[in-house]
Amino acid sequence: MTDATGDGSQSGPMLAADGTPLKKSLARALRMQKMRALMLIAPLLLFVLVTFIAPIADMLFRSVENQIVSDTIPNTTAVLEEWDGEGLPPEAAFEAAYYDIFLAAERKEHTKLGTRLNYELTGASSLFRKSGRGLDDIGEVYQDQFKDLDRDWDEAEPWAELMGDPAWLSAQAAWTKGERQPAFALRDGVSDILPKTAREYAVFARYQQTEENKSPLKEEPWTAVHTALYEDLKAGDLSGYTGPRAEMLKAADALVDSPDFETITFQAGFEDIDEDWLAPDIWRTIKLYSSSYTSGYFLNSVDMQLTPDGPEARPENERIYMLLFQRTLFMSLVITFSCILLGYPVAYILSNLPSRTANLLMILVLLPFWTSLLVRTSAWKVMLQQQGVINDVLVWLGLVADDARLAMINNQFGTIVAMTHILLPFMILPMFSVMSTIPHSYVRAAKSLGATNWTTFWRVYFPQSVPGIGAGSILVFILSIGYYITPEIVGGTTGTFISNRIAYHISSSLNWGLAAALGAILLAVVLLLYWAYDKIVGIDNVKLG
Amino acid sequence: MKLTKTLLASTALTVAAGAVAAQDMTDSMTLVSWGGAYQRSQDEAYAKPYIAMHPEVSVSWDESSNEAVAKLRAMNEAGNITWDLVDVVAADAMRLCDEGLAMEYDPDELLAPAPDGTSASDDFGDMIVSDCFIPQIVYSTTVGYRTDLVGDTPPTDICAIFDLDAYPGKRSLEKRPINNMEWALYCDGVAKDDIYDVLETPEGQDQALAKLDTIKDSVVWWSAGADTPQLLADGEVIMGSTYNGRLFSVIEEQKQPVAMLWDMQVFDLDGWIIPTGLSDEALARVKDFVYFATDTQRLADQAKYISYGPARVSSAPLVGQHEELGIDMAPHMPTDPENASNTLLYNYEFWADYRDDIDAKFQAWLAQ
Repeated sequence: MTDATGDGSQSGPMLAADGTPLKKSLARALRMQKMRALMLIAPLLLFVLVTFIAPIADMLFRSVENQIVSDTIPNTTAVLEEWDGEGLPPEAAFEAAYYDIFLAAERKEHTKLGTRLNYELTGASSLFRKSGRGLDDIGEVYQDQFKDLDRDWDEAEPWAELMGDPAWLSAQAAWTKGERQPAFALRDGVSDILPKTAREYAVFARYQQTEENKSPLKEEPWTAVHTALYEDLKAGDLSGYTGPRAEMLKAADALVDSPDFETITFQAGFEDIDEDWLAPDIWRTIKLYSSSYTSGYFLNSVDMQLTPDGPEARPENERIYMLLFQRTLFMSLVITFSCILLGYPVAYILSNLPSRTANLLMILVLLPFWTSLLVRTSAWKVMLQQQGVINDVLVWLGLVADDARLAMINNQFGTIVAMTHILLPFMILPMFSVMSTIPHSYVRAAKSLGATNWTTFWRVYFPQSVPGIGAGSILVFILSIGYYITPEIVGGTTGTFISNRIAYHISSSLNWGLAAALGAILLAVVLLLYWAYDKIVGIDNVKLG
Repeated sequence: MKLTKTLLASTALTVAAGAVAAQDMTDSMTLVSWGGAYQRSQDEAYAKPYIAMHPEVSVSWDESSNEAVAKLRAMNEAGNITWDLVDVVAADAMRLCDEGLAMEYDPDELLAPAPDGTSASDDFGDMIVSDCFIPQIVYSTTVGYRTDLVGDTPPTDICAIFDLDAYPGKRSLEKRPINNMEWALYCDGVAKDDIYDVLETPEGQDQALAKLDTIKDSVVWWSAGADTPQLLADGEVIMGSTYNGRLFSVIEEQKQPVAMLWDMQVFDLDGWIIPTGLSDEALARVKDFVYFATDTQRLADQAKYISYGPARVSSAPLVGQHEELGIDMAPHMPTDPENASNTLLYNYEFWADYRDDIDAKFQAWLAQ
């Protein structure tokens, strides 16, 4: 209780009993109430946030997410940034791709990238799968020659001595399984004389330590390290080197400089794996999709595609999504109107009957609700198919010839019939609950003032039932726009919705990015229509009861 | 308190047991399969005998193979794999392998050798189409027709599908390009060996779609394996493609007036994959089960319950009679020489690459 001392002589703000200004006191009391209310709904709010909003946001985020390319082959995308997209990329791109894909293959991530790029360029999937296996061939050219020169080049320990920091070496030697491995450190100065080898060996050593939990002292380096060694020896001069394994390294340097040393360019190595690497397409696709976020999925979902020259329409024979969006909207509207037409009289009768009879009939309306959706849909199949009940009756009556039975299923008609039936209760219930609140006295008053039955209905009763139609229509329309099972079963080819394609991309093609983009567009369309409805009819005019 | 005690006790036990047995195994397994008669055949031939040998093990089945790839990916992202062994078609196994969701394995280490000592990798041979795929059966997609609705000259080859003059009426085909495109090209005069070379080109794809276009108005498109048998039984279609095991069931078990064409049947494989990310104990149990469930006798036993061919060469001679019908199963195997005179092998590499591209065109064509 805020007992304001309201004698007019006092100037200044009104005070509560405890002397604080009334405004403040009130605000505090209100805040307490709001807090309490918030606390009460907090469990539900959290639940909705965690189980509903967050997954949807996560799914929608996939429609633009594209980190996989730059994460898997970071150096390649960096090199390709400089490339103008004409002809073949420079040898540096092949080199970067070699090291990137080599590591990705060890991590078994190259095939994931191949799958991703295959959505944009047919053939990328097998290209990457093959390359993961084939890249060893490049490194083996060097590995074999170094090995023939000195067996130590194929041993783990000499390599570790050459590349590793002495302190790390002794710590690693003392390591036993189960403990934490001492983090690999490069020996001082080795990066200056053998930059690429040092980089690749460090990648190898860290991979062994963190992902395989194996000691680099026990594992022979990958062939990529031998390739890097060749590159370094070719480029640098090691005559002044005095560190560990100097003999071995100098002998290798001499070998590389000899004319008999067999070499292979990265480009030739990639060509041996698959000639597709020498077509600019794959490089252009990588360049195009190297950014962390892409508009590609959204473009795909409106029948366009990302090209180096900007967005372009897809070839005619691959356009499907716009057609499906239009069809989904059109058929949802048809279904909504059929529901209004069929549902309105039922709701009217229900609301005007004595409550006993009305309740009984209500159960009949609700009965289909309690039957499995699949059962109801399959029942329509039995009814509508060419050897089905309706056709049989029509033939028996002689209305239809036996060899010209009507096609009522596996097309738009089938979808509309089945979905109208399935969604009808969602229309009848809100209509009924609105209609049952319309007082009978209005109708009687109109009639007593001389209105005809039609005028009474149209001018008095109908306007009051509009909120029910609005609520039912929104329910039915939004439900049908995302419907999936019924169109899948009875829709054939002309009666399927966009949601069937979304389901296909989620569960079959695994193109979740495209599915997310299609879903995002569908969501946007629904929100837009809802907004338009609010502007035109007004959402306050919608009543569920 | 009690919980702590139990935990302590079980830890102590584990440690003690660990010293004796090299590896502990979990006592429960979740196997994922396709449901229906196929899953029952696996339960009868593999799971029940295994449980009989290891009474402490309980097996639960999950009928999710249809969307196994998507579900495994979601489980993997959530970091919580609840499946121990998943039955998938070879194409899905390949994709799961590509995605790093299925475990690579060494056939000779994981799988039992044949009774005559042939190593598992030789016994399975080319059936191991992916490093992660543990083959079980060979099945085929082929065509069944209503014997009473095709007139006096029943079809003998696959091209009857495209022959509306000789066989007017509806036919059912699967709502995807795979198999349909190959059959279309084959019946449009492309030599069997050239089919995939032609299908690689946009012109070849157009050619296949043009051939399919000639029967488009007479096709009912199916997406579930049970559709065609039902459509045939109802007389909705006069012929349709489906899996050979489904046709066997319609013809032999339900005695419908249906017969099947083995011409140009498309061989495909089905088998297990082990998901990545299993605990050591779960993995040990799964390996133990797989070793048993894929041995020569077990694969042959499965054919008692369903007409799919065992993937091991050594299992073929052991295929016996149907458990309930008592008929010889060998002549109903897709791999039986009588049936396999003209066959096509599903080209995994090709479809892994072209699936998205051709499917886009196929669906666009369908929707027109």
